[in-house]
Amino acid sequence: MKFRSKIIDIGCLNNFTRVVTTISKLTKTCVLRLTPDNLYFVLSGKVANGGVGMWCELSQANFFDEFQLEGVSVKANEVCLELAPENLSRALRTAQNAKAVKIKLTKKHCPCLTVAAELPTMSSMSRVVTHDIPVDVIPRRLWNDFQEPSMPDFDVSIYMPPLKIMKNVVDRMKNLSNFLVIEANMNGEMNLKIETDLVSVTTHFKDLGNPPWGGDGSQHSQGDQETMVQARVDVRKLQQFLMGQQFNPSKAMCNIVQNSILHLILLYEDVSLQYFIPAVA
Amino acid sequence: MPLSTQSQADEAQYVLVASLDNARNISNILKAITFKDHAIFNATPNGLKVTVEDSKCLQANAFIQADIFQEFTIKEDSVGFQVNLTVLLDCLTIFGGSTVPGVSTALRMCYMGYGHPLTLFLEEGGVVTVCKINTQEPEEPIDFDFCSSNVTNKVILQSESLKEAFSELDMTSEVLQVTMSPSQPYFRLSTFGNSGNAHYDYPKDSDMMELFQCTKTQTNRYKMSLLKPSTKALALSCKVSVRTDSRGFLSLQYLVRNDDGQICFVEYYCCPDEEVGED
Repeated sequence: MKFRSKIIDIGCLNNFTRVVTTISKLTKTCVLRLTPDNLYFVLSGKVANGGVGMWCELSQANFFDEFQLEGVSVKANEVCLELAPENLSRALRTAQNAKAVKIKLTKKHCPCLTVAAELPTMSSMSRVVTHDIPVDVIPRRLWNDFQEPSMPDFDVSIYMPPLKIMKNVVDRMKNLSNFLVIEANMNGEMNLKIETDLVSVTTHFKDLGNPPWGGDGSQHSQGDQETMVQARVDVRKLQQFLMGQQFNPSKAMCNIVQNSILHLILLYEDVSLQYFIPAVA
Repeated sequence: MPLSTQSQADEAQYVLVASLDNARNISNILKAITFKDHAIFNATPNGLKVTVEDSKCLQANAFIQADIFQEFTIKEDSVGFQVNLTVLLDCLTIFGGSTVPGVSTALRMCYMGYGHPLTLFLEEGGVVTVCKINTQEPEEPIDFDFCSSNVTNKVILQSESLKEAFSELDMTSEVLQVTMSPSQPYFRLSTFGNSGNAHYDYPKDSDMMELFQCTKTQTNRYKMSLLKPSTKALALSCKVSVRTDSRGFLSLQYLVRNDDGQICFVEYYCCPDEEVGED
């Protein structure tokens, strides 16, 4: 098992830092899956995580100037590590004006992801700051838990409203209720609703548009375009997802399986992020 | 239900309809009296009065005149109800209560009468939110019986000068002592805290003093914990009138200018702190 990589471009470094920071706001621990072409940050939708799942995919070529990986074996050319993304985010943030950042897998007193930032100096002496981030190497027999989740057979798929507006609304709704109903139809309409003993609040978004998913997407006929499909979710989980977003994605989509799951997809230029929130009764 | 598709039938049933182009004009002033959840609303053709009370010793009133609203229709002489103020404020700022110029939340507030919820229609950037806030039986606000004919001492100050004093007040002091007098020290705020006593004196001919009408030397103490909520109103205001009556009751009237330059009033009444063990 061997992994070493290097980022020189400051833009790439900023982008990678931004991605890791976003991930760190979504979850305390996650799995980093490294393949020769891609990096994945994965949270499997286990009960321990409250059923929330995450899948974030980055193409290494978009970020790294050097990327060498030797996996567990030739056949399984991958490395799977469990880490706290906050640690990686913090290490990268201190390296914001670095000339180069090296990230490699090392064996110290425990397995570590070592981030070495070469900082600019006035003299000829080089200055390197090194962070060792402890990781757990995930054995191969458990890899199945961290495969790409299959696209749920959703009942409705819709583009999301501007995330900042949605965040404001969800923030207030969280003050009022623990649960939120999100509903949408194939006519570009989405509603966010809460209801308590004191108050009921509904926010209506319209003209959002529905993504074209080819033939195998939603099987809705023209007739029931207006039918609302809903999922009741924990407000905090939705809020956490919205809080983590630092930049507007090029596309934000929301798929709902009636009373079962809320599937959020954000597409950025060089990153894709999927987030799964289970519905509650 | 978007604003435009509201049926005429519904419209006819409302006893109170109030519309505002900028919901901040009402949310800001309500923030100035938010120290307890229960707020008593009383609407008359003159406008809206919102009352919040604490411990039967403190009362805050916000007055929002009818002409602040773009539309203010009331079908009865007086309409009263009680709602949870924290919930109302969360609803009014559902879109974040943005302070960016040019971005504002339009509000339409409707009430169908006794037993019905207070319905808010809010719109910003084409997104509509409908809130139905359950109402309760309105309680009778305490009558502090504070008449202007009984006022012993009165000063009007630029809020700026009082903000400074209040931000530096020693909060370890249980009481704030207010001395008003026709002679020295004219207008004095005193605290008695852990680290000693402090006095803030305002000369009567200060630029900050707009009016000075003190007829008798009066020294009263007020619980700091009761006065603390009034600093929210002070922060928003541009002028403040401080009055005491012959019983030592304190009246603080704040003049608040909203985003559109209109004027609203917030008023706090506070009972003096009685000395324990005094006969």
